[in-house]
Amino acid sequence: MMSFISYLISGINLGSVYAIIALGYTMVYGIAKMLNFAHGDVIMVGAFVILTAITKAGLAPWMSVLLAIVICTLMGITIEAIAYRPLRKAASPLAVLITAIGVSYLLQNLALLLFGADAKSFVTIINVPNVSLFGGQLTIKGITIVTIIVSAIIMTVLTLFVKRTKPGRAMQAVSEDKDAAQLMGVNVNTTISLTFAIGSGLAAIAGLLLCSAYPTLTPYTGSMPGIKAFVAAVFGGIGSIPGAMVGGILLGIIEIFGRAYISTQIADAICFAVLIIVLLVKPTGLFGKNVQEKV
Amino acid sequence: MAMLEVKDIHVYYGMIHALKGVSFEVNQGEVIALIGANGAGKTTTLHTVTGLLRAKRGSITFEGQDISRIPAHKIVQMGIAHVPEGRRVFSQLSVFDNLKMGAFTRKDKQEIAESLEIVYRRFPRLEERKNQRAGTLSGGEQQMLAMGRALMSRPRLIVMDEPSMGLSPILVNEIFDIIKVVSESGTTVLLVEQNAKKALSIADRAYVLETGSVTMEGRASDLLNDEKVQKAYLGE
Ligand SMILES: Nc1ncnc2c1ncn2[C@@H]1O[C@H](COP(=O)(O)OP(=O)(O)OP(=O)(O)O)[C@@H](O)[C@H]1O
Ligand SMILES: [Mg+2]
Repeated sequence: MMSFISYLISGINLGSVYAIIALGYTMVYGIAKMLNFAHGDVIMVGAFVILTAITKAGLAPWMSVLLAIVICTLMGITIEAIAYRPLRKAASPLAVLITAIGVSYLLQNLALLLFGADAKSFVTIINVPNVSLFGGQLTIKGITIVTIIVSAIIMTVLTLFVKRTKPGRAMQAVSEDKDAAQLMGVNVNTTISLTFAIGSGLAAIAGLLLCSAYPTLTPYTGSMPGIKAFVAAVFGGIGSIPGAMVGGILLGIIEIFGRAYISTQIADAICFAVLIIVLLVKPTGLFGKNVQEKV
Repeated sequence: MAMLEVKDIHVYYGMIHALKGVSFEVNQGEVIALIGANGAGKTTTLHTVTGLLRAKRGSITFEGQDISRIPAHKIVQMGIAHVPEGRRVFSQLSVFDNLKMGAFTRKDKQEIAESLEIVYRRFPRLEERKNQRAGTLSGGEQQMLAMGRALMSRPRLIVMDEPSMGLSPILVNEIFDIIKVVSESGTTVLLVEQNAKKALSIADRAYVLETGSVTMEGRASDLLNDEKVQKAYLGE
């Protein structure tokens, strides 16, 4: 029983990280209507910035994290402006998808060039003591508690931002109808930039949380979590913010349970199998909108 | 000087030459109708005026200022609102949030509240349904929302693209009554319509568009009695 609960908790931990990454995927998809396959690699960049800032430049941990958020945010804006925006009106949506895959390889190869291929061990930044429950039968790691709290805060703030603020409403409008949004006075380019900025800033935080829970870092660290978060976003209903949260957390739990009770080797395959089943039953994902418009 | 002056605009979709030198004028306070068959270029013309499309040649001047290179999101701010063809309300947002989107470029909360008041008075149905998702409104209600949303920017010129499309005769009358009220309250109207008879009956002047060119223009009452117009557009 205790091991079940402890697996559940690590599932929620991993799932919370997926959820934060999935938010970036889902917001960019919802608003710019593109799959940013380089999103996962921004996580890796964030983690390398933190590691380098602390170990090479001797910055304080909180400053390194802040620096990583700023760098990833700027990188997100730049990637969108240089690589994706010129293709937004391209005849085929495949053009931008292929470009995104290219950007993903570019980031990985740049990291390879700068930091080498060998795995680095990540520094401990989050020093929160473990919590022991039921007379020591169940231990919850400090990082797990921090991860769950941080992702809960991010999700709440983001939801309020989208629902209650003017730029948030602009995002909703652009996601539904770019032309109609422009007719209201919304600057579509700025709104898409802002979406990339938020998604990429969140990716830096995801990098910190991921590498704090699983402290090895290579240029490919962001790749698999990126793909899983994409699965989580589709699972929850791509374009939907609550969908990304729920999808991420469920996927984390499924993965850890799969590893613990079925097989370590095929845990990833189980994740994808679940996605396929969900999509067969409900093609729009758990929270997907069945857009029905009256004519 | 006219409020809106469109001079010899040419618009292309790729290789398709959709507008072949369209010119027209809208004076302050007028209701201008733009009529023409399917595919004549009416929507294209409105999109070019409000900045969603760019003219390759020609000029568009609004209140003396050249607006032909200004992006759509800035043109609203200058005082032109566009009620698009097919309503295009934000279906996931509530009626209230749609109306707030209409006031997106405005800052003064007090004034926005006043505009909302006016819109609700003009469209009581929208107030009753203010918390309903716009996608669940009926076609007529969506049209009212699209008009209300445009009015929320407090435009000096409102352009409307087939506001009566797909509505029952009673609703069509209602929509045209509202257009009259909007015009009487001081907003200049540029109206695109398939329902040429109705449009000509409320307009001051009108232009007939055929395959990308203006082929006729004049006082609406004259066009209404014109034999050619009657044959081609009034089904008489
Ligand atoms: N996005 C587009 N791509 C290519 N051609 C287009 C596009 N939009 C319109 N056209 C063409 O441009 C011409 C003018 O179209 P437009 O929509 O302006 O006509 P309209 O007068 O508004 O017609 P309707 O009464 O059917 O709304 C048509 O021949 C149309 O096929
Ligand atoms: Mg049209």
